[in-house]
Amino acid sequence: MATAAIGDYAFEPKDTLDKFHGNQLLYIGWEDHLMFCAPLAFPFPPAMPFKAILEQVLPGAYGAHPEFAKVDWSKAEWFKSGKPWRPDYEKSIGENGLKHKDVIRFRSPGLTGIKGTCS
Amino acid sequence: MSNVFIAFQANEDSRPVIEAILEDNPGAVSNASPAMVRIDCEGQLVIRRESIEARVGRDFDLQEIQLNLITLTGHLDEDDDQLTLSWKQ
Amino acid sequence: MDMEASKKKLGLKERYNHLTRGLDWETSYQPMEKVYPYTRYEGIKIHDWDKWEDPFRLTMDAYWKYQGEKEKKLYAIIDAFAQNNGHLGVSDARYINTLKLFIQGVSPLEYMAHRGFAHVGRQFDGASARVACQMQSVDELRHAQTQMHTVSNYNKYYNGMHNWRHWHDRVWYLSVPKSFFDDAMSAGPFEYVVAISFAFEYVLTNLLFVPFMSGAAYNGDMGTVTFGFSAQSDESRHMTLGLEIIKFILEQDPANVPIVQRWMDKWFWRGYKVLTLVSMMMDYMLPKKVMSWKEAWEIYGEQNGGALFNDLARYGIRKPKGWEQATIEKDHLSHQAWATFYNYGAAALFHTWTPTEQDKDWLSEKYPASFDKLYRPRFEHWEEQAKQGKRFYNTTLPMLCTTCQIPMLFTEPTDPTKICYRESDYKEEKYHFCSDHCKEIFDHEPEKYVQSWLPVHQIYQGNCFNPGVDPTAPDFDPLRAVLDFYKMNFGRDNFDFEGSEDQKNFAQWHGEGA
Repeated sequence: MATAAIGDYAFEPKDTLDKFHGNQLLYIGWEDHLMFCAPLAFPFPPAMPFKAILEQVLPGAYGAHPEFAKVDWSKAEWFKSGKPWRPDYEKSIGENGLKHKDVIRFRSPGLTGIKGTCS
Repeated sequence: MSNVFIAFQANEDSRPVIEAILEDNPGAVSNASPAMVRIDCEGQLVIRRESIEARVGRDFDLQEIQLNLITLTGHLDEDDDQLTLSWKQ
Repeated sequence: MDMEASKKKLGLKERYNHLTRGLDWETSYQPMEKVYPYTRYEGIKIHDWDKWEDPFRLTMDAYWKYQGEKEKKLYAIIDAFAQNNGHLGVSDARYINTLKLFIQGVSPLEYMAHRGFAHVGRQFDGASARVACQMQSVDELRHAQTQMHTVSNYNKYYNGMHNWRHWHDRVWYLSVPKSFFDDAMSAGPFEYVVAISFAFEYVLTNLLFVPFMSGAAYNGDMGTVTFGFSAQSDESRHMTLGLEIIKFILEQDPANVPIVQRWMDKWFWRGYKVLTLVSMMMDYMLPKKVMSWKEAWEIYGEQNGGALFNDLARYGIRKPKGWEQATIEKDHLSHQAWATFYNYGAAALFHTWTPTEQDKDWLSEKYPASFDKLYRPRFEHWEEQAKQGKRFYNTTLPMLCTTCQIPMLFTEPTDPTKICYRESDYKEEKYHFCSDHCKEIFDHEPEKYVQSWLPVHQIYQGNCFNPGVDPTAPDFDPLRAVLDFYKMNFGRDNFDFEGSEDQKNFAQWHGEGA
């Protein structure tokens, strides 16, 4: 539906890829760990290897959780826009087919948060 | 029928108004919480000028209650003699 | 010459009719639709503007008289407050943080409401509608001013209140109330009054002001109780008008019903999302608690709103679509909201803390279905970490909902352990939402919300640094640069209440030493 307006009503989207200085946005959520209140937003260069997220980014972002050190990346289950998805850790973010403002989440089987409460 | 309600600041100006409402509306129930009094009544609630005047001993303009009003629900109708709150169904 | 002396003063109804009917006229050398050009494009059909009536029938003479009395009463108390060290009277310095949130998030909306009603007070074709909106415009300006005056007394002694106007346009969490009002202001006049007068003032404002002012009273805050109740006395009139507006529009033409219903769906949800801040204020920020968010929702939402929508059913109006979800979420909203501010307490302009033992017991009692099971372990873990000197702060910016702009903190209505993710594709771009209802609002008017100024995205685009800051410098700290851009007094306005200047000062003023 169009917005009811007194004239033409069309605007440039505020968050297109070209505005992020060579980065694209990627949102990442850790299932069952709501101590982190919401998924996180990151600006990444598309050529960055996916494994750099696991090795260099997420430890800083999620390391405060007592279970983060126990995450086994070889067993992690991934979802993209809510559907099962399998990233190739060796390939780049772009090569994994991730586009600007895509949302991915991972589940770490066996880890269910503080006292098993998904916190 | 649903309840209508009206709430006033708990102070000396409101006291005669609240007393008048409770007397004029037999189903009305008052609830006090910090600094305020809420009056609930099923279906309809009436505030009558004469009942307030009988308590304060002077002419009373019903619009004066706006000074101490906090909130209300229901359809409102006001003239010089009374203010009515009601639900139609 | 004989003149018949008037027998009796005019009655209320006659006085009101003279003001709103007798003083108006139809233009002759310009068509009415050119004089009032904004009242047709939204699709609302009005056949008889004279059917619009303020049920209080307030005339200008009475308006000025009573508003003047309210002001005298208010300022007498503000003077007494300042002369008697009113800032010391509150239950605890933690309480002050509710005032910070209020002046940062709510008072600027009062000012926006003043502007909004001034605008529609010019645009409506009917004189009684214009009079009512102009009175409300003056009321809202009064609210903004009295709140500033009252809070200025606290600003002399506590942090986090000195630059609220600057913050309102920039700070991440304040984009939630700001974008809510900007959305309403940029709509047409009918949508604006349905949004603000009906959905916000009538349906939701009780949830904001009544428990908050009662809470202020209970926590010894004489200043806020006074401005709050003074504003609330106007609010009763605004609420009544909100209901009259809806009845007026619905009774004018059956074609108006579906348009109004969609606005109710949208604006109930937009307003409810803003009240997320109020829920945590009630459950976590008041040291002495009055009622829980859940209880407030049950009384003012379920019972009171239920009665209202029951009554409106005769027009073919049903409850807003998000109603059931709000009812389901009442067990979770405040906990999830406070946990979010605890996460991002380094970037907030008020203090956060973990609930005390007494608080936790109160929360368990008020939230038997959710607090012990889901939220107590989270807060106790944080408490434990803080005791070891490792107070948890989330250092990565969150993903935001495109519509309400709140971090994606809300869980699925069917499962409070799963974050609710929704998305839409529009013209090659992806957009994300916290709920079905926020998604639906976007999907209906995507061109409006592609313009959302999402703070996290703006930061990553480099738009939230001070001029002259070099993001390529080797020692560049982006988060610190953003807080400088906010004009935050780093280390005083932010971080945990424990160890804050507010806490130390309050203890010292009460002779407990630093």
